[in-house]
Amino acid sequence: MSDKDPSKLKPNRPQLALHVPEPPFRPGDTPDFLSLNIPAAGEAARPDVTAAPADTHPLTTQLVRVLDDQHQAVDPWDPKLDPDTLRKMLRDMVTVRVFDDRMYRAQRQGKTSFYMKCTGEEAIAVAAAAALTQEDMHFPTYRQQGLLVARGYPLKDMMCQIYSNKGDKLKGRQLPIMYSDKAHGFFSISGNLGTQFPQAVGWAMASAIKGDSRIAMGWIGDGATAEGDFHAGMTFAAVYNVPVVLAVVNNQWAISSFSGIAGAERATFAQRAVGYGIAGLRVDGNDALAVYAAVRWAADRARSNNGPTLIEFFTYRAAGHSTSDDPSGYRPANEAKAWPLGDPIERLKAHLIALGEWDEERHSAFAAEADATVRAAQKEAEKLGILPQQGKDDIGSMFEDVYAEMPWHIAEQRDQAVDEAR
Amino acid sequence: MASMNMIQAINSAHKVMMARDPDVVVFGEDIGYFGGVFRATEGLQREFGSTRAFDAPISEGGIVATAVGMAAYGLKPVIEIQFADYIYPGYDQIVSEVAKIRYRTAGEWAMPMVIRSPYGGGIFGGQTHSQSPESLFTHIAGLKTVIPSTPYDAKGLLIAAIEDPDPVIFFEPKRIYNGPFDGHHDRPVTPWAKHSASEVPDGHYTVPLGKAAVVRKGEALTILAYGTMVHVALAAVEAQGVDAEVIDLRTLVPLDIATIEASVEKTGRCLVVQEAPRTSGFGAELAALVQERCFYHLESPVERVTGWDTPYPHSYEWAYFPGPKRLKKALEKVMAD
Repeated sequence: MSDKDPSKLKPNRPQLALHVPEPPFRPGDTPDFLSLNIPAAGEAARPDVTAAPADTHPLTTQLVRVLDDQHQAVDPWDPKLDPDTLRKMLRDMVTVRVFDDRMYRAQRQGKTSFYMKCTGEEAIAVAAAAALTQEDMHFPTYRQQGLLVARGYPLKDMMCQIYSNKGDKLKGRQLPIMYSDKAHGFFSISGNLGTQFPQAVGWAMASAIKGDSRIAMGWIGDGATAEGDFHAGMTFAAVYNVPVVLAVVNNQWAISSFSGIAGAERATFAQRAVGYGIAGLRVDGNDALAVYAAVRWAADRARSNNGPTLIEFFTYRAAGHSTSDDPSGYRPANEAKAWPLGDPIERLKAHLIALGEWDEERHSAFAAEADATVRAAQKEAEKLGILPQQGKDDIGSMFEDVYAEMPWHIAEQRDQAVDEAR
Repeated sequence: MASMNMIQAINSAHKVMMARDPDVVVFGEDIGYFGGVFRATEGLQREFGSTRAFDAPISEGGIVATAVGMAAYGLKPVIEIQFADYIYPGYDQIVSEVAKIRYRTAGEWAMPMVIRSPYGGGIFGGQTHSQSPESLFTHIAGLKTVIPSTPYDAKGLLIAAIEDPDPVIFFEPKRIYNGPFDGHHDRPVTPWAKHSASEVPDGHYTVPLGKAAVVRKGEALTILAYGTMVHVALAAVEAQGVDAEVIDLRTLVPLDIATIEASVEKTGRCLVVQEAPRTSGFGAELAALVQERCFYHLESPVERVTGWDTPYPHSYEWAYFPGPKRLKKALEKVMAD
């Protein structure tokens, strides 16, 4: 007899029930996000960057927004950026989207094994890159390609990594999009989710130990906040008052699991800052100006030794998780269109047009230019090869960089592998 | 030159390296003001300040992860995991990050760090203070695994590990922190002061990684051991009156295969000794290597002396620990044909 035998239940006690969260809408449903109660731009207060963490905690259940429904930037969070900066952000976001589309297609054409788009989330990485300095270090997830684009990393080099070809500085060892570039402040991406979040804290601790002025920004998705690494990062950041900006990109979906599976039914991700006693902000992730303002606020706070900030970017993953995912199996096809925070590119574009600093013609012209730039980079990258042609030459290179110096056992295996490939 | 036990030697290595290299930072649970539960970091905070030697939250995953960030920045973290049995929450960071970052970034980022941890049994620590998990790390490409067995080696190997460009797992056999152990738990402990390897230079020196030590020359068989078992094996050899050549591996990865091959080719017999459980232990790798490379020199099968394949049993410690009786039987078996 099992110890779970129903006859052993105590009849005078209430029967316990397990709650398994379900998203509000599944395929076939009509999505309706009215219940989200999106506050208007300008509603969230803006504390001073020196404010006590508790003064920010009301913001963990609100939403920092700058762009209103008339496409105007409103205080108190308006970062008052000049038109050139706004146009650069818009161009970077458009470039990211064009790049994503081309590389998604390249994967479908069999030119590489895997790709991940960030459609709908372009404002987050692009505006965060603009809000930090080039010297600050990002510990990104795989959906912050916008950081590299905004920091001027060559598109061709990104593509060479995606193709694992002769131009791939990572020598064909990493899954596509797991970029790494120290010079552009972009730490090597890991496929083990959440690992980079406490690493960012460690980098910033080192910067503080050395009396440096550079800060770090750690990134994580809503799903991976359930990992121990999230909590380790929060603990160390809080304990040592670390100069780090910690970002949760809440795009509502972790492959097929909605944010409720990571705890979002109980509290916002930003609210986790409350328990750790650090500053917390919840931000409209589809509003490039709000993203910029929040990251800049947290960066200024970190730089002035006022401690870490946890920022939740509230957004929506408009595309599938990756080329290996088909979202039609778990959510309504039109959910992205129903998302109440709109498209980040359209919103910034409309703002620039409202300012008289942009128009449809210039936008179309730039879109065409971005398309040509990306295609030209792709052509150059493909001259150096695509994935199916790789992995045959220089087999011996596979054994390099395991250690600084190759030990005997790896050298023996290299010789064996080279011989085997003859 | 001073007479030091292993703790004092390890402490001295920290002090030498913190004085020489401002990028060396030390952190871990209880290692700051208090100086660590085994006192290995005693006085570091007083001498080098609280931003170079500090207490960490009880979060081994966080300790390793923040060390990764520090190494990425350009520091050389030397972290203490209080007991090897506690290392598992940091295992993902060690295996997926520390070990792989040089490779996955094609050398753009390296992970120079030392992860120190007391390991092994013989102290009535039960299953959470006695484990020997070295094979979980020797299996991971990108890590070096070092295990000293004397104060002199402990200091020289730790300095070499801190200076090494790659991450080093540095397991310290805690049973022999205060003195070598002959495997007879009912006898009083001999202090290190009576052992020649307790003479330790005060300043900087290294014992190179990847080099084994022949601690007893002999002709009859080769014994491969590391950590506490070096001393248990030496005592058993003397008790049995066997002319064994005893090799202290000191570094498990990269292994000093040349010293092993030369010895087995000379003696024609080999006994592998480890404190860890038997199945998939590092001894299995050693036995495989010896038969692959020295088969035609072997006069009898390679034998293994190991702990049992059970969790570490508290009150049955001395029935579990590979002590003199298990060694005697194995020696007889290897020498039989």
